[in-house]
Amino acid sequence: MTTAPSRTGLSVLIGLAIWGGLLLWLSLWMGRQAYRWLPVQASSAAPLVDGLFSFETAVATFVFAGVVSVMAWVILFNRAAKYDVSDAEPIEGNTRLEIIWTVIPLVLVMAIAAYTIDVNRQIGLIGPMEHLHGGAGGAGAAGSPQAEIEVIARQWSWEFRYPAAGVSTTELHLPMDRRVGLQLRSEDVIHGFYVPAFRLKQQVIPGRLIPFFLTPTREGRYRLRDSEYSGTWFAANQADVVVQSEADYQSWLRRAAALPLQPGLSDASRDYALRQSRSRTSGYATVAPAPPPMVNVPGSNTLPHDG
Amino acid sequence: MTITPFDPGLSEVPQRQPEAPNGWKRYISFNTDAKVIGIQYIATALLFLLVGGLLAMIMRGELITPAADLVDRTVYNGLYTMHGTIMLFLFMFPVLNGLNNLLIPVMIGAPDMAFPRLNAAAFWMVPVFGVILMASFLVPGGPAASGWWSYPPVSLQNPLGHLINGEALWIVAVALSGVSSIMGAVNFVTTILRMRAPGMTLMRMPIFCWTALSAQTIQLIGLPALTGGAVMLLFDLVAGTSFYRPEGGGDPVLYQHFFWFYSHPAVYVIILPVFGVFSELFPVYARKPLFGYKFVAAASLVIVGLSLVVWVHHMFPSGVPQWMRDLFMVTTMLIAVPTGIKVFAWLGTLWGGKLRLNTPMLFALGGLFNFVFAGVTGIMLATVPVDIHVNNTYFVVGHFHYVIYGAATMGVYAAIYHWFPKFTGRMYYEGLGKLHFLLTFIGTNLNFFPMHPLGLMGMPRRVSSYDPEFAFWNVIASLGAFLLGVSIIPFLLNLVSSLVRGERAPANPWNAIGLEWLLPSPPPTENFEANVPTVISGPYGYGTGLPLVEHQEAYERALQQA
Repeated sequence: MTTAPSRTGLSVLIGLAIWGGLLLWLSLWMGRQAYRWLPVQASSAAPLVDGLFSFETAVATFVFAGVVSVMAWVILFNRAAKYDVSDAEPIEGNTRLEIIWTVIPLVLVMAIAAYTIDVNRQIGLIGPMEHLHGGAGGAGAAGSPQAEIEVIARQWSWEFRYPAAGVSTTELHLPMDRRVGLQLRSEDVIHGFYVPAFRLKQQVIPGRLIPFFLTPTREGRYRLRDSEYSGTWFAANQADVVVQSEADYQSWLRRAAALPLQPGLSDASRDYALRQSRSRTSGYATVAPAPPPMVNVPGSNTLPHDG
Repeated sequence: MTITPFDPGLSEVPQRQPEAPNGWKRYISFNTDAKVIGIQYIATALLFLLVGGLLAMIMRGELITPAADLVDRTVYNGLYTMHGTIMLFLFMFPVLNGLNNLLIPVMIGAPDMAFPRLNAAAFWMVPVFGVILMASFLVPGGPAASGWWSYPPVSLQNPLGHLINGEALWIVAVALSGVSSIMGAVNFVTTILRMRAPGMTLMRMPIFCWTALSAQTIQLIGLPALTGGAVMLLFDLVAGTSFYRPEGGGDPVLYQHFFWFYSHPAVYVIILPVFGVFSELFPVYARKPLFGYKFVAAASLVIVGLSLVVWVHHMFPSGVPQWMRDLFMVTTMLIAVPTGIKVFAWLGTLWGGKLRLNTPMLFALGGLFNFVFAGVTGIMLATVPVDIHVNNTYFVVGHFHYVIYGAATMGVYAAIYHWFPKFTGRMYYEGLGKLHFLLTFIGTNLNFFPMHPLGLMGMPRRVSSYDPEFAFWNVIASLGAFLLGVSIIPFLLNLVSSLVRGERAPANPWNAIGLEWLLPSPPPTENFEANVPTVISGPYGYGTGLPLVEHQEAYERALQQA
C-alpha cells in the first residue's frame, strides 16, 4: 500500500510480528485458563462445552486484546499537541482493508459456528435435547427409552419419582456412567432444569412432557437450580443432585423404597408459613407455595456441594 | 435512491405558533419544536435513570450478602422487574428519541420534524405511561414482579385477583410505550427521507442519521409484534382468554416468540444510534474523516436485516428444534461481521489522528472499549452449547449491561457532552466531565465484569438469594453499583451549573464539520429558516479543506457577526 523505505518496512513487519505473537500467546494462555472458571465437569456434555468455551475464550481474547491494544496505541502516540488545532492526514478509507476485515471475521465466525454445530451433534448423540415444537407427542424415532426418572417442578419445590422402584424424593439421585432418561414436567409455571456441573439446562414448560437425557460422569453432590424465573421463591427453588456408582444407586433405591412417605424439602413452604404467622408482612402479594411433596426420602439441600 | 429535493421555500411560510410560550415554560407545555421536545425527552429520561438506578442500588444492597435479608423476596422481584422496565422504556428509548429530536433536523437542515404535533404527542405519552408504571407501586399487591420479559404463566398469576393490579398496569404502560415509539418512528423515518437540505443525498448524510433511520425502521417492523403480544397477554390476565395459558390450550412459548421478535432487535434500536454517535465523534476529535463512510452506512442496514432473524437465540433452552438452534446461531454470528466493519472503521479513523481527549471523546473511547468486550461475550452466547450453560445466568446479565450501560449509556453521555453547547448555548465544565467519565468507567467495569465469572459458575439471574460460593464477586459488583450511583453526582452538578452559569458557547466550539455547527448555539426555532444551505460534499471532510455547503464563508461570517 505505502512504498516506505525498506528499513522502516522491515521494522513495521517485525513490530507487527511481535504484536501478533504476543496476542497469540495471551489468547492461548486465556484459553487454558478458561476451564478454571467453570464448575467441575460431571456429565459427558461438560468436556465438550468446556472445550468450545475455551476455544471461544482464546478467539475472544485475540479480538478484544487486539482492538484494545490499537486503542491504547493511538491514545498514547496519536494525541494532538496542546495548541495544535490542525487536521490530520485525510485518509477516507481503503477498500482492500475493508474487504480483509469483512472476510476474516466472516471466516472466523463461520468456523466457530461449524465447530459449534459439531459439538451440538455430539451432545445430541449423548442425549437429544430436541423437542417437537407443538408439544404433540415428543416420541422421537431416535430411541426414547422409558423415562427412568420423572422430574416434577412446582412453585417452589422439585420432586423426583422413580416409578420402577416406587421411590419418590426431593433429592435427585443418578447413577454414574450411564445414559439416564428423565421426563420433565411442570405443574404451574415455566421452570428451568439447570445443573451447572452438567452444563445442561432445559425449560420445563407446563402442558408438555419433556424428555431429557444425560450421562453423569463424576460421583459427588451437585446443585440443581431453577433457571427460569418462577415467582416469589424462585431463588430458593434448588435441589441437590447426588451422582453415585450404579451399585450405590441401586442400593439407595432399595433402601428408599422401604421408607414411609413424609413431607419433602420445600424452603418456600417453610418461609411462607413463617410469613403467614406474622401479624404484619413487609412484602407484596404472593401466590402460596404448593405443599411439600410427600416423598420417601427428603434428602438435603444444605450439605456442601461440588458444583 | 433518488435525491428528494427539500423546498427551502417551505420554511418561508410563517409557521410561528403564537400560543407557544417562551422561556422555561415551553419545556412543560405541548410544544412542537423538535429542539424543545428533544430536551423534554432527555430531561424525563434522566429523571427515570435516577429512579431505575436507585432500584438497582437497592437490589445490589440485597445481593451484597447471600441470604435474602434486606428486602422481602416479593419486593426484590418487583424491584428487578421495575428496574429493567424503567431503564429500557423510560430511560433508554426516551433519551435516544431525545437525541433524534435534537440532532436529525439540524443535521439534515430541516426546520423541524415532518409531523411536529405527532412528535409532541409521542413525547407526552412518555410521562403518561411513566406515571402509570410508577402508580403500580401503590396498587394492592405491589408492582409487576415477573421480570421485564413478563413470561406467562408466571405473569398471569394475579395473587390478589384484582382487576387493577401491578401486572395489568405494567402491560398497559409497555403497550403505550410501544405506541409512542411507533409514532416517533414514523416521524423520524419520514423526516430523514423527505426533509433533507438540497444537495444532501443519502450518501452525504451524517452516519447518525443513517443509524437513526436504521433503528427506527426496526421499530416500525418489530414493535407491532410486541404491542400485539402484550395486548394478548393483557386479555389473558384480565379477560380470561387463553392465548398463553396452557390449561386453556394456549402456548406460553408463543409469547416468547412475540416478545423476542421485537425485544432482540430492540437492542439494535438502542445500540445503532450509539454507533452513530461514535461515528460522529471520532472524526471530530481525531481530526480525520470517518474511515470507509460507505461501508459504515451500509453496515447499519445489514444489521437491520439480520437483527430481525435472530430472536430465537433467546430461546435456545426453551425447547426449540435443533435445526432452529443451528440456523439462529448462524444468523446471530453473522451480525459480528457488519459490527466488526464498524469497529474497524472507528479504529481506522483513530489511527494516525490527532486525538483530543476531552469528556465526549473519553466517553466515546470508553464506550467502544466496553462494547468490544460485550461483543466477544456476545459471540460466546450465540453458540448453543455455551449458551445452554450460561443462559439465564449472571453471564447474560453482565453481557447486556456492558452493552446497555457500558456502551450505550456511555455513548449517550458522550453525545450529551458533545452537543450540550450547541443546544444550550453554554459550555460544560471539563473537570467535572472527566470526573464523571472516570467514575463511570471504573464503576461500570467493577459492577458488570464480576457478573461473568458468576454466570460461568452457574449463578442464575433474577435471584434474591444465592449460595455462599458466589459471595466474593457479588460484593465487588455491589461496590461497583454504588460507585455508579456516585458517578451521577458530578454529571448532574455539571448539567445544572453549566446551564445556569456556564461560559457562553460559540457556534462551533469543537471546530466540527456538519450542518448543525453552521447554526448559532442554541439554534433558532426554525433552524436555518429561509437560508437552508446547499450541501456540496460528504460529511467528515476533516483535513480535506473541502467546504461542506455552498457559500460556507457567508454562513461562517454570519455566525461570527451574531
